Amino acid sequence: MKFSKGICDGLPIGIGYFAVSFSFGIAASKFLNPCLVTLISMTNLTSAGQFAGIQIMQAAGTLVEMILATFFINLRYSLMAISLSQKVTPSFGTLQRIFLSMGITDEIYALAMSQKERISPTYYFGLTVLPYIGWSLGTLTGSVAGQILPTVLTNSLGVALYGMFIAIVVPKVKQHRPTLIAVAIAIAISLLFHYAPVLSNVTPGFVIIICAITASLFAAKFFPIEEKTE
Amino acid sequence: MSITEYAKYLLAMAGVTYLLRTIPFILLKKNIESPFWKSFLAYVPYTVLSAMTIPAIFYTTNSKISAAAALITAIGVSLLGRGLVLVAIAACAAVLCVDGAFLVF
Repeated sequence: MKFSKGICDGLPIGIGYFAVSFSFGIAASKFLNPCLVTLISMTNLTSAGQFAGIQIMQAAGTLVEMILATFFINLRYSLMAISLSQKVTPSFGTLQRIFLSMGITDEIYALAMSQKERISPTYYFGLTVLPYIGWSLGTLTGSVAGQILPTVLTNSLGVALYGMFIAIVVPKVKQHRPTLIAVAIAIAISLLFHYAPVLSNVTPGFVIIICAITASLFAAKFFPIEEKTE
Repeated sequence: MSITEYAKYLLAMAGVTYLLRTIPFILLKKNIESPFWKSFLAYVPYTVLSAMTIPAIFYTTNSKISAAAALITAIGVSLLGRGLVLVAIAACAAVLCVDGAFLVF
């Protein structure tokens, strides 16, 4: 599979990433300068992880908290990496994997897995280029805009990221009831930690970890997901 | 936050994220077999995103009413089966309308 096909396939992801990272840029520009905000996007390339990351930075959380939150939020990438490793061509050597693993994101992974053919390193590289540029450039644009635009406008753009989260969760919840239960548990615990006395002292990073692990363990125990036959 | 603190946070975030992607990609050639851990990993993205959204969304806008408007709009538009970008735009528009109205009146 060709590099140029990868570039074309990556275009819609790149555009979507620009929009989403724009709102990440705005959120982070409240306490970091645009260069530092953009550097986060260029080195991480992950929406939920980065978003939790800046929440922890802003709350001056501990490094342990940062490491644990990043670990659990991004643990799904390990699963994707494992499944992607079954789908690549033999020419996808260790060196290529070291460089191209950076491009394992929800959307790029999903697009790669939807291909009929095996994934070659050149195609995967092509697929990663525009999303990476879109993500970095969107962050830069957003973080500059966040410092210039009036608060009413940046606040409204700031919810774009939550809008995207909701757009990921709702369709799944609609068609899969156990996910609805898992999500409801996560939200209930999150609210509890935010409003209950004593518990509200727990920092945001740990709250996210506790919510996600408790709700996911519960759902995995009582509603294991059926194996898909391929 | 000093630049040193920033650098430590960045290194922790980027390092953990990179290793999570790379180590299994290089080492593991087999799929995870345990249905329990597969299910756990499948639920994680949704529980993480929900916990990150609620109640945090209520503290990002000028008022809780505009945040509630964004939340309801986003859920509504998602239920209609629209994509990420459209849902995000609708949520922004809802906040702009409500907060804008507060400014005007």
